[in-house]
Amino acid sequence: MSLVAFLGAVELGLVYALVALGVFLSFRVLDFPDLTVDGSFPLGAAVAATMIVGGSDPWTATLVAVFAGALAGLVTAYVSVRWGVLHLLASILTMIALFSVNLRIMGRPNVALLTQDTVLTPFYGNGLAEHVVRPLFLGLVVCAAAAGLAWFLRSELGLAMRATGANPRMARAQGIRTGGQVMAGVMLSNALVGLSGALFAQTNGFADVTSGVGTIVVGLAAVIVGETLLPTRRIGLALAACVLGSVLYRLAVQLALSADIPGLQASDLNLATAVLVLVALVLPRLKRRVFA
Amino acid sequence: MIEVADLAVTFNAGTPLERQALRGVSLRLENAEFVCVIGSNGAGKSTLLGAIAGDVAATSGRVVLSGQDVTRLPAEERSPHVARVFQDPLAGSCGNLSIAENLALALARGRRRGLRAALGRVSLATVRERSAELGLGLEDRLDQPMGSLSGGQRQALALVMATLAPSSVLLLDEHTAALDPRNAEFVLDLTRRLAERFKLTVLMVTHSMRQALDYGSRTIMLHEGRIVLDVTGPERHDLTIEDLLAEFRKARGGEISEDRLLVG
Repeated sequence: MSLVAFLGAVELGLVYALVALGVFLSFRVLDFPDLTVDGSFPLGAAVAATMIVGGSDPWTATLVAVFAGALAGLVTAYVSVRWGVLHLLASILTMIALFSVNLRIMGRPNVALLTQDTVLTPFYGNGLAEHVVRPLFLGLVVCAAAAGLAWFLRSELGLAMRATGANPRMARAQGIRTGGQVMAGVMLSNALVGLSGALFAQTNGFADVTSGVGTIVVGLAAVIVGETLLPTRRIGLALAACVLGSVLYRLAVQLALSADIPGLQASDLNLATAVLVLVALVLPRLKRRVFA
Repeated sequence: MIEVADLAVTFNAGTPLERQALRGVSLRLENAEFVCVIGSNGAGKSTLLGAIAGDVAATSGRVVLSGQDVTRLPAEERSPHVARVFQDPLAGSCGNLSIAENLALALARGRRRGLRAALGRVSLATVRERSAELGLGLEDRLDQPMGSLSGGQRQALALVMATLAPSSVLLLDEHTAALDPRNAEFVLDLTRRLAERFKLTVLMVTHSMRQALDYGSRTIMLHEGRIVLDVTGPERHDLTIEDLLAEFRKARGGEISEDRLLVG
């Protein structure tokens, strides 16, 4: 694998690390399997790209993309909590709806950003190659997001959110409004995914309405790889494991692609990822059965 | 002080499964009063506790905790008034959170939660001190998951958790029923000590008549959703298990057969 390919994989891994953090929050902390991310990832990309092309400041565009992601999360959580729709179904409905919304926002299936200023533009041209600047910049963003999330989850509110996922009845007995916690958590999760989408568009130079397919599985794969390599109950380390898992997952994919395994082609990636996640989900159960 | 006025709870009203769990219960507990509740299965004991805590909606009647009418409030909004320990040791805490984190959750019961660290210096000191008092060595294991503890240890901590923040009433729903006799004894003794120390108003459901007479200052018997016996003072002091059994027979109008009432 060349250095450029390596750094490219790290870069993509860091972009999806934000998805992994969001998926960790919904799946692991809240126990709320949320597929909205397949829609909120391209939503973040669409909002950021459309606004940048329209002449907005890229930071403003990124911020609006984050809020758009949060709003998508709120829709899913509200439908599930207030109207009692099964969480999986609620998130699938939002995901499907977002496909249309994203097309409306962009006005066409994809928007190119190649000639536009992005949040990265000020960092280019200071002696470092662009393919080095990008992972460095993303690394900083991801570290800040993970540190912020770790700080939040250790606060009183964050602990209330963790209790909501772990034991809702106990949480209510302690005065925690579990419905509100779920809404806040799923919003925060999708805000991170929206940010991921916005940064994906700006580092790759385009936004595409189909770029969200399989986001949830990639995020889940990152979480599971991280948990397997770095099993921990410390919340800060668990978040670091998500980031690590996302980068390692991308490196493994890059390695597999460059190794030219006979009989496999690049389009088999989603199938391979699905099998990987399935194995990781089933393995602990098989282990228990074998050793029980 | 807590007051329950003419409280009725009907499950599945208007369906063939309709069941009147409570049929007009009125009850008043003074501050620092420790009341034991007995009754056979289906008498309405757990429903009464659930209706006070807010898990079960009242069909009619009122629940007033420390002067506030909470009848229409959900459980989480009654939490400043209500501390609870459940029968199932797994129900009252989060198994995958650490001991310290569980205690921190209980420390914030009934007040606004903010962005300050859940386990800051002050709360950590409180948590350590209160778990050390148990004498189980748990203060050195605060970072371990709650799920690694035995049922007895978890119930003891659940009691500590229930007394970390002030409450108008402590609801104990057969909180020793899932424990072995030695652990049950420890938890009951702890219950008595904490109730005296913090002058708690306690409503304890038990299925042991021995406990119902030995603990607290007042015994209430529920039967088919009504209070059929309410004794306190010297009258209660002279009461024996045989007397209680006789009351049960009277209430049922027949023999006690399939009950899980324990005489011992």
